Amino acid sequence: MKVLMKGNEALAEAAIRAGIKGYFGYPITPQSELLEYMSTHLKDRGGVFIQAESEIAAINMVYGAAGCGVRVMTSTSSPGFSLMQEGISFLACAELPCLLVNVVRGGPGLGTIQPSQSDYFQTVKGGGHGDYNIIVLAPNSVQEMADHVYLGMDLADIYRIPVTILADGALGQMMEPVEFPEYDVESHKVDHSAWATRGRVNGKRHVITSLYLEPEIMEKINQQLQKKYREIEAKEIRFESIQTKDADIIIVAYGLVSRIAHKTVELARADGIKVGLLRPITLFPFPYRQFSDISKNTDFILTVEMNSGQMVEDVKLAINGEIPVEFYGRMGGMIPQPEEILEVIKEKQNQLSSRKKV
Amino acid sequence: MTDFTEGIQCDYLDTMNTVWESPPTLLDTQMHYCPGCGHSVVHRLIMEIVQEFGIQDKTIGVAPVGCAVLAYNYMDIDMQQAAHGRATAVATGIKRVLPDRIVFTYQGDGDLAAIGTGETIHTINRGENIVMVFINNGIYGMTGGQMAPTTLEGSVTSTTLDGRNTSLHGFPIKIADMIALMPGAYYVTRQSVTTAKAVRKTKKALQKAFTNQIESKGGVSFVEVVSNCPAGWKMTPLESNEWIDETIIKHYPLGDIKVPEKG
Repeated sequence: MKVLMKGNEALAEAAIRAGIKGYFGYPITPQSELLEYMSTHLKDRGGVFIQAESEIAAINMVYGAAGCGVRVMTSTSSPGFSLMQEGISFLACAELPCLLVNVVRGGPGLGTIQPSQSDYFQTVKGGGHGDYNIIVLAPNSVQEMADHVYLGMDLADIYRIPVTILADGALGQMMEPVEFPEYDVESHKVDHSAWATRGRVNGKRHVITSLYLEPEIMEKINQQLQKKYREIEAKEIRFESIQTKDADIIIVAYGLVSRIAHKTVELARADGIKVGLLRPITLFPFPYRQFSDISKNTDFILTVEMNSGQMVEDVKLAINGEIPVEFYGRMGGMIPQPEEILEVIKEKQNQLSSRKKV
Repeated sequence: MTDFTEGIQCDYLDTMNTVWESPPTLLDTQMHYCPGCGHSVVHRLIMEIVQEFGIQDKTIGVAPVGCAVLAYNYMDIDMQQAAHGRATAVATGIKRVLPDRIVFTYQGDGDLAAIGTGETIHTINRGENIVMVFINNGIYGMTGGQMAPTTLEGSVTSTTLDGRNTSLHGFPIKIADMIALMPGAYYVTRQSVTTAKAVRKTKKALQKAFTNQIESKGGVSFVEVVSNCPAGWKMTPLESNEWIDETIIKHYPLGDIKVPEKG
């Protein structure tokens, strides 16, 4: 049965259904509905809710609870996500499974409460210190907000890694029909008894730490982490390809912008311009290899983002100079319109054809 | 090489009673602490209590950043190592999802009373049912002897070469007295480990703190231990303990600061 829900509420409801035992968060617009939903519903459905004194405290409560091998979660928006970075680095090194949500707002600084994608670098490339990655999922609908919670919880448990759902203020605030799929928590349970601190399980002590003073050991830990990231890259890439087969121009967009760009594809095709859309769903692992399927005869790629050009760096890496990669972005909480993107496409077409003539 | 033990009769060992032994909960390994440092004494006291209370398989400790960062190498219990200052937030996460476990934090003054003051205050404000052990030695030992929030006025450290000047660096913070005012603090005490008698008193205080948690009295049990740092203070262990007893306790007087009302 479908229900009408805000994206933030769908995230919360899905997380409760996925069996979280702890939620630790701090209010910040535009994600506060998630925190509020948890405060109302979690305690009666098997979990504990704490409104922390800061995002720093929240992420460290997540660390403590995740170290006990139970499903835990926090959510925030950009400035709060900045504050969590040290904790995320610790979680990544200690290999603790948890779900994080960043409902991005425009920055830098206190910025705006309007939607943005300006945290791509911070979220995808690891905003904290040290060499690490976290899995990043980029939903583009309220339905996917819910679906990605289940997926994220599972991936976190399987790989012992923090998973972040990277949304934005619009996805968090907008209401859409959503259906919560059947999800049997028990059958998705991963046994963490070999490492979790629950009080000397089987008479053997467990230590959760990210401190390895000997560089030889610290390098080994790094190598293990990198091996895990390579495995994730090999197995967990998710993307969506819309009308790319015959496309002369391919838009690359994630999250909310991919919804808008989908409309641009329709408008362009009605205009006789063959436009397709490639949409990364996992931002780490980024679908680099999937770009090799793009025809070398493609006129150009247009990356559209609600930022000054962040994911476009990964697109350029993937394309490796074989096709021109253009960029269009809006910043500071502004959302590009489908017609606006079409105009950009036409403009770039003209620029490229006049360049070819010369 | 000559074996000097050869031929020595040790039969008398069989007739002797054990009067001292290391608690089995304390791992039999060499500690990294400097000679004479109070940390090892407090580690041992906590592990004695874990042994005596029979809670080894249900206790989870949280180590700080600072000299005690490697506490988990010495305690035969499950432990987590927290980010600098965040031990009590980590402990909150543990205790809230596993409320029947015994959870304690172990922090120094920089960790608990500088970078982690926010977490300290709010963990106590929530009245988390945990034990907080606070080692106050007035210095950042691990990083080479810088001023701590608890460093006494006039004390020379590597960042206060002319002595702590309160107009420049603020005042030595009495965190235990501050938190004693909070309803979430159930038991607050300040002890030391400078003499055998003091060690016994500290053990009693820790016993009380762990008992409070086991009996779910509701609230944080906070045990401050005024301790030494012979290497950082550039004193012998004996001198450092005398310095505590003669000077430091004038600013940080020992004894219970908040005890639960009887009845």
